Amino acid sequence: MRHLRLVKDGTSFDFFKHWKLWLGISGFMILLAMTSFGLRGLNYGIDFRGGTTIRTESAQPVDVGAYRDAIGALELGDSTISEVFDPTFGPEQNVAMVRIQAQDDQEAVSAETVAAVEAALQGVAPDIKFVSVESVGPKVSGELIQTAFLAVGLAIGAVLIYIWLRFEWQFALGAVLALVHDVLLTIGVFSEVGIKFDLAIIAALLTIVGYSLNDTVVVFDRVRENLIKYKKRPLKEVLNLSINETLSRTIMTSLTTLLALFALFALGGDVIRGFVFAMIWGVFVGTYSSIFVASAILLWLGVKRDWSKPDAAAEAKAAGTSV
Amino acid sequence: MLQIETWKRVLIWALVAAGLVLAAPNLFYSRVETHNDAVSAIEKSGATPEREAAAAQWPSWLPSDLVNLGLDLRGGAHLLAEVKVADVYTSRMEALWPDVRDILRDARDEVGTVRLQPSEPGTLRVRISNPEGMARALELVRGLAQPVVSLTGAGATDLQVAGEGSDIVVTFSEAEKQATDERTMRQSLEIIRRRIDEVGTREPTIQRQGADRILIQVPGIGSAAELKDIIGTTAQLTFQPVVSRTTNPNESAGVGNEILPSLTEEGVYYVLEQAPVVTGEELVDAQPSFDQNGRPAVNFRFNPAGARKFGDYTAENIGSPFAIVLDDEVISAPVIQSHIPGGSGIITGNFSVEESTNLAVLLRAGALPAGLEFLEERTIGPELGQDSIEAGKLATGVAFTAVLVFMFLSYGLFGIFANIALILNIALIMGILSMIGATLTLPGIAGIVLTVGMAVDANVLIFERIREELKSARGPARAIELGYEKALSAIVDANITTFITAVILYAIGSGPVRGFAITLGLGIVTSVFTAIWVTRLLLVMWFERRRPRTLEI
Repeated sequence: MRHLRLVKDGTSFDFFKHWKLWLGISGFMILLAMTSFGLRGLNYGIDFRGGTTIRTESAQPVDVGAYRDAIGALELGDSTISEVFDPTFGPEQNVAMVRIQAQDDQEAVSAETVAAVEAALQGVAPDIKFVSVESVGPKVSGELIQTAFLAVGLAIGAVLIYIWLRFEWQFALGAVLALVHDVLLTIGVFSEVGIKFDLAIIAALLTIVGYSLNDTVVVFDRVRENLIKYKKRPLKEVLNLSINETLSRTIMTSLTTLLALFALFALGGDVIRGFVFAMIWGVFVGTYSSIFVASAILLWLGVKRDWSKPDAAAEAKAAGTSV
Repeated sequence: MLQIETWKRVLIWALVAAGLVLAAPNLFYSRVETHNDAVSAIEKSGATPEREAAAAQWPSWLPSDLVNLGLDLRGGAHLLAEVKVADVYTSRMEALWPDVRDILRDARDEVGTVRLQPSEPGTLRVRISNPEGMARALELVRGLAQPVVSLTGAGATDLQVAGEGSDIVVTFSEAEKQATDERTMRQSLEIIRRRIDEVGTREPTIQRQGADRILIQVPGIGSAAELKDIIGTTAQLTFQPVVSRTTNPNESAGVGNEILPSLTEEGVYYVLEQAPVVTGEELVDAQPSFDQNGRPAVNFRFNPAGARKFGDYTAENIGSPFAIVLDDEVISAPVIQSHIPGGSGIITGNFSVEESTNLAVLLRAGALPAGLEFLEERTIGPELGQDSIEAGKLATGVAFTAVLVFMFLSYGLFGIFANIALILNIALIMGILSMIGATLTLPGIAGIVLTVGMAVDANVLIFERIREELKSARGPARAIELGYEKALSAIVDANITTFITAVILYAIGSGPVRGFAITLGLGIVTSVFTAIWVTRLLLVMWFERRRPRTLEI
């Protein structure tokens, strides 16, 4: 039986012909992402800015205008209403999300406010059900955003140290810059598309960090192996060879992960769609960055070529017998 | 060459079998759940034929631990409460005033007269009319201090006493504040736990978070508001003498009196003496019942000290009204008909049966030592949870099938080995989750799906490596061996780094994020085990049987 081969054996793509250009493009993308973040900002969920969200379900079609009027009459400040569409919903399932800002000088969430909103909405759609109600006070949301940044920072820091110990500092720097690239681009996409940014997205960001790293480490592991094997070949050639050798695995793993993620994206329901979207995006940028950011930086910084230094005699012997 | 020692084979299969057995109950979720509920009901309140029948639905010699479903899957309520620990300082300072007054009054010749000054919460400010006696006054008040009862605060005393002009200012020392906070938190946790247990819901989570917060998650409850009603009511019950009845809420109550609204009659207020005759702390029991007219009521009984006070008071005040006050509202203000010596009584009001039951629960559990402020509350309806479970099942099924087909197409027989390992991997994750009693959340399901995608990575690394080694024209056995050997460092490094992020997520995250971190972290461990050991064992067993000359991979 012929097996499926996505990547032919013995490819020899030249990934580093325009490596400076690729680094430039990556840098430019980061700049774009940060500009978008600066101009539009993230669409923070209540986890990070406090407030209340109510998810409603009704057999009647959602009339966003009528909902807005009903809630506007309560004068609760900034509120948004959006209809939710999902292929997994039944025909009688019309879902909307209502978000109300955190009320001034209220740490605790007032049950009366929620009850008032619910009563107002019941006036519009008598059969309406409130399938979830979530409130986060400003004190907690402030802390959540801090711990979220702390988590991403700590994860990147821990990885830096681990790779430094296992490889060399150039590898660690390359891997970490690739991670920063991935995280910043993801934030850029979230600010541009305006998908709700909440605690679950932080989990997705950290998974992207994990995935991208997984990919980078596999490439680096092969680079290290080839550096020992081919002591005299230029670094560029060794990097190219390593990436070509691992290309088949890179594509296979990306594809299986994407298959799983796309299934979740299409069928997993709207509650986790943003989360899954972040991860799909992460698989793409993570795979890209292992080659065009992490390895390109390695090429830029250069690496120690002599991996057997501690034992000079053995090195001389090996050089004499192998090559 | 390709060898795995017998004891390793036995160990690998034993681990896999253990995982499968532990995971099995989850396939029969509702049946096992019924069994578990029946078993705990029998333990708690004896066997009935129905319970026996329910318990027999699942054989008791099989493991019956299930994966807990998180709130987002089962529906329920989540609350994060902050305990206002400083409340306790204030009430304890108020209680200290009579002692200070008495001890200074005895030394009236030296310090002059003593007057309580308005003071900020948690401090006691007392003015003496003869400032020359300050040194003596401070000495006397300091004599009231007690050693702090705690490990860290050993050697310190509980009060800090300072003189400011003619004022004596008493505050609690830092050591005492810490010890008090600790006690307040423990008491609050215990009371919240008892109140929730009284209502009898399944698997509530009541955890302390940080210095002064409590996380409460109760699956299956209708709403966070309902949960707040159960735990949030402080249920401060007092019996206070009634001075008068009025309809003017702004009437001046007079020194030592307070004015409180009636719970049942709109616009009616009572002027009461502030010092209670008896408080709820002296209650030993409270049960829902009915009064002589068949209306819902609550029966209560005092401890001996409370019973004596109550008996004395009723004996001396026959014919005058006294008020039953719950959380600063007058439930009822009956007139004392006769001396009540036994220390038991009945509270009537316009209760429904449910209200009287709840009130009895609240009274029995005791009062919370300090107020609660709710920082976060979430209600997830059971329908949404059910939708999420359905969607999660479908998505996992499709993802799983797609990956299995893809692996088979790419690697043929080897792909089948990897697929068997993948299926075992999921079983192992579910088995371990059940064993440690972890909670599966929606992001947790996403973590499993991601594991499905990534678990094949280790096998892909190995298979690709075997392909490469085959090209160097070594024999198949050698190629397999080298493939495993050389892929190992990449597998280990890649998985350790991902594991690091999972650990950080677990340590820092909360709720659903934590659920995701658990399945991701577990998935890494089990996938490395199945990829490295299980597929290898399958491969070796196949190889020993067939002894192929060439490998199709």
